[in-house]
Amino acid sequence: MTTISWFESYWAGMKSEVGGKAASLGEMTGAGLPVPPGFAITTNAYRRARDEADLDAQVARLLYGMDVNDTDSVTQRCAEIRRLIETMPIPEGIELQIRGAYLELGARAGTKEVPVAVRSSATSEDSPDASFAGEHDTYLWVRGVEDVIDAVRRCWASLFTDRATCYRVEMGYDHRSVEMCVVVQKMVHPKAAGVAFTLDPTNGDRSQVAIDAAWGFGEGVVAGEVTPDNYRVDKVMLDVTKRVVSSKTHEYVLTDHDSVEKVETAPDRVDAPCLTDTEIKAIAKLAKTAERHYGCPQDIEWAVDLDLPEGENIILLQSRPETVWSKKGPSAVVAPGSAPGDFMSSIVSTLMSPLHSKGAGSS
Amino acid sequence: MAGKFPLPSEITTPPGAEGWQELYAYSSTCSPARAEYEDSMFWFQDGVHWPKPLLPWDASLMEVAIVALSQYNTRHLLVPPANGIDFRIVNGYTYLSPVPAPEADIPARAEQFMQRAGHYFVNWNQLYENWLVKIRDLVKGMEALEFSPLPDVEPLEVVTSGAGKGAGGQIQANYLELLNSASTLWQYHFEFLNLGYAAYLDFFGFCKQAFPGISDLAIAKMVAGVEVDLFRPDEELKRLARMALDTGVAEAFSLGDVTATCEALKSSGEAGQAWISSFEQSAEPWFNFSTGSGFSSQDKIWIENVEIPFEFIRGYIDKLRSGADIARPTEAISAERDRIVAEYTSLLASDEDREAFHGKLGLARVVFPYVENHNFYVEHWSHSVIWRKMKDIGGVLAKEGFLEEPEDIFYLKRHEVPDALFDLYHSWAAPAPPRGPSYWPPLVAKRKQILTALEQWKPTPALGTPPEVVTEPFTIMLWGITSDSIANWLGGGAGEDGSLSGMAASPGVVEGPARVIFGPDQINEVQEGEILVAPLTAPSWAPIFGKIQATVTDTGGMMSHAAIVCREYGLPAVTGTGFATSTIRTGQRIRVDGSNGKVTVLD
Repeated sequence: MTTISWFESYWAGMKSEVGGKAASLGEMTGAGLPVPPGFAITTNAYRRARDEADLDAQVARLLYGMDVNDTDSVTQRCAEIRRLIETMPIPEGIELQIRGAYLELGARAGTKEVPVAVRSSATSEDSPDASFAGEHDTYLWVRGVEDVIDAVRRCWASLFTDRATCYRVEMGYDHRSVEMCVVVQKMVHPKAAGVAFTLDPTNGDRSQVAIDAAWGFGEGVVAGEVTPDNYRVDKVMLDVTKRVVSSKTHEYVLTDHDSVEKVETAPDRVDAPCLTDTEIKAIAKLAKTAERHYGCPQDIEWAVDLDLPEGENIILLQSRPETVWSKKGPSAVVAPGSAPGDFMSSIVSTLMSPLHSKGAGSS
Repeated sequence: MAGKFPLPSEITTPPGAEGWQELYAYSSTCSPARAEYEDSMFWFQDGVHWPKPLLPWDASLMEVAIVALSQYNTRHLLVPPANGIDFRIVNGYTYLSPVPAPEADIPARAEQFMQRAGHYFVNWNQLYENWLVKIRDLVKGMEALEFSPLPDVEPLEVVTSGAGKGAGGQIQANYLELLNSASTLWQYHFEFLNLGYAAYLDFFGFCKQAFPGISDLAIAKMVAGVEVDLFRPDEELKRLARMALDTGVAEAFSLGDVTATCEALKSSGEAGQAWISSFEQSAEPWFNFSTGSGFSSQDKIWIENVEIPFEFIRGYIDKLRSGADIARPTEAISAERDRIVAEYTSLLASDEDREAFHGKLGLARVVFPYVENHNFYVEHWSHSVIWRKMKDIGGVLAKEGFLEEPEDIFYLKRHEVPDALFDLYHSWAAPAPPRGPSYWPPLVAKRKQILTALEQWKPTPALGTPPEVVTEPFTIMLWGITSDSIANWLGGGAGEDGSLSGMAASPGVVEGPARVIFGPDQINEVQEGEILVAPLTAPSWAPIFGKIQATVTDTGGMMSHAAIVCREYGLPAVTGTGFATSTIRTGQRIRVDGSNGKVTVLD
């Protein structure tokens, strides 16, 4: 029985042990779409802790005869169950494994108390889409192993939020049929971040990747508050074909108290390119992989993580289908229904057309 | 387009070169009689093929080459928008001017072109096979032409066989035959070449339309062949290096001197003999390989300068000993080609596009072996034979004191050679004193002086008024002349930041010390890790591509022979910068950005 499952060792057979969110992070990692690194604490860990603490009997007692319309009663009963979960002993072997995994993640990031996001990832036999997963908790900027353990308990406990509990009761689901996996994932600490399109947004050219990038967190780029550097990469040849370095007067950075704030950029970095060629190409590769994975042009958010070693530091934050050019539909060269086999007329018109004088040789 | 170049009529003769026009055919130089026409045209200097002032006889090959190009466009195929290319020799340098077809003729020409060119495209493989037979026969015929000193007495069988003619007449006939063969050679050359480029351009245009940002390099890589005759000489060198190591005769190459190496090989028993005979087998025809573009009698040819291939072989032996893999990664090249094609295919918008893409790519690949390989057969192999035969004629004339040395033959114009041969014939037949020994040597000496003076002249990249936009397809393809490159020339070359721009001929960015060389004689100056800066490079420089980090040239387009080799060796290259050799000095650190066509001097 696995307790800890790193994203990169995920395979499809594990889905029931890790829940929807962790499965999707694992799938993305496996598909070459590097999300921030991390691991899942599988449902086995929750189940063993639950069973050894004999939780089920206590839960059954507390929920016996509950009326979902009696809000006060629901709130009180659920709070009691959550308190039980947050204080139950965790089997020693399991706790050691969680501590070990957190330390290893810190070692990978080169920082001891690496800040992580601790997220719940519920699974359910009854409701395969686990549509209530979003009801459960997420804790950001958790630092240090004790706080991580604490957050894990709170994620487990979030199985018994008022709404989730009522939902199961109303649907007639057994509370035991829902289990909780917890995802521990490094918080992104971006040197630079931004967006990328897997086509040229100016003309829809699908052989290009367009990248907008600025220092720090990507908020400013997404919101359009910062004029980002603009790079163009040939998607097939992976050459940087265009670079426009802008004056990036502001940037979003992480403060001492773990919040993201907008500050003035240090003077020597205002006009400096925020990405190296290696990073530009890696982002283009990532965008290309996302496009292939999802089967259509993508609009991605990415970050270059300061803590992770080169080769692992390009992180995919989000990928969604590109909409502007995709709505227009494909711009074919050959008109539908025309005969592409008439090569002589095509050669004649090629010789007649000044197209090449603009493009040829002057890339 | 802002700015202009000097008019042909405004060009003055450099000091010491007065009378240079006498070195060339009267029709090839500018003159007041045609000044109005000449000044109205746009001329660009062809430094790709003729980087230096032309020797008088060498001009013949330029003339037959360009006239054959024109003939095919205008009279055989009727390329719809493009007539031929006019040429002028200006201060010894070759300037070319595309002649557009009259607008009104284009529709009728298009119809004829479809029929005529269509025949070639449909029957390409068969016609190309036939071409290879024709070209080999032509070489054989030229090889058979004999230019020996005239005999004191004709052999008896000349009399008894009733031949009725002798050596004096024959040597004149043979020279004319050689000239005719050169003309035929160049007609053969252009029988296919522009059609090959047209099919390539058609694919090129499709790619640019489907993917406006696609690089020329990506297109070239999809079409390029894996097995290419132009790389065969280099392959033969590698094979011979391996053989020397495998059979234990490699030590002979550490002697560093051709004669000593040959002696050592001969005295090392069967293995050495076997190596020598294997070398001789490779040499014909593959070492009929010029160190230049093949268009200059002064460029060295491997087979006649065995120290060149020997030095390259020694370099390969050293590499093999150090454990390097010198084999051409043909599998990787072909896998990369497949990957690129597959990726673009998957990015196309419709099935119709995919069908058209593959159709055009297919045709481009059918025609491309000719585009890549003809260069070896024509410019290298056939020209090598022509230069050799001319030197034989020079030898005959030198023996009678007409010339100081055989190579001086190239200082005669093509129609002066029959005059000299007639003088020789006459003096041999009479016998009577020839005028040649007092006539030619001073003339040759004067011409040498003039050419030295012309070499000091820095040719302006173009003359006359540039067109609004360059649309002539072959100018773009062969010479890399685009609206952008003309604007670049007018701007004087260097950008605001002191950088030079040119064609992004082969991608990658490197920094390193520059080595500026002006011709093949300086190849051995190039050191490991340097960046080669040259007016142009030739395919036969391939063996030093293993030494250098990048290449920068003054001239050349994407499909120039130099660019093909640069890509093959995976080195960053910027071609057609216009001013690299006059801006950069040996030893300066430079950055070459082959992906964006930029060269920056860092010192």
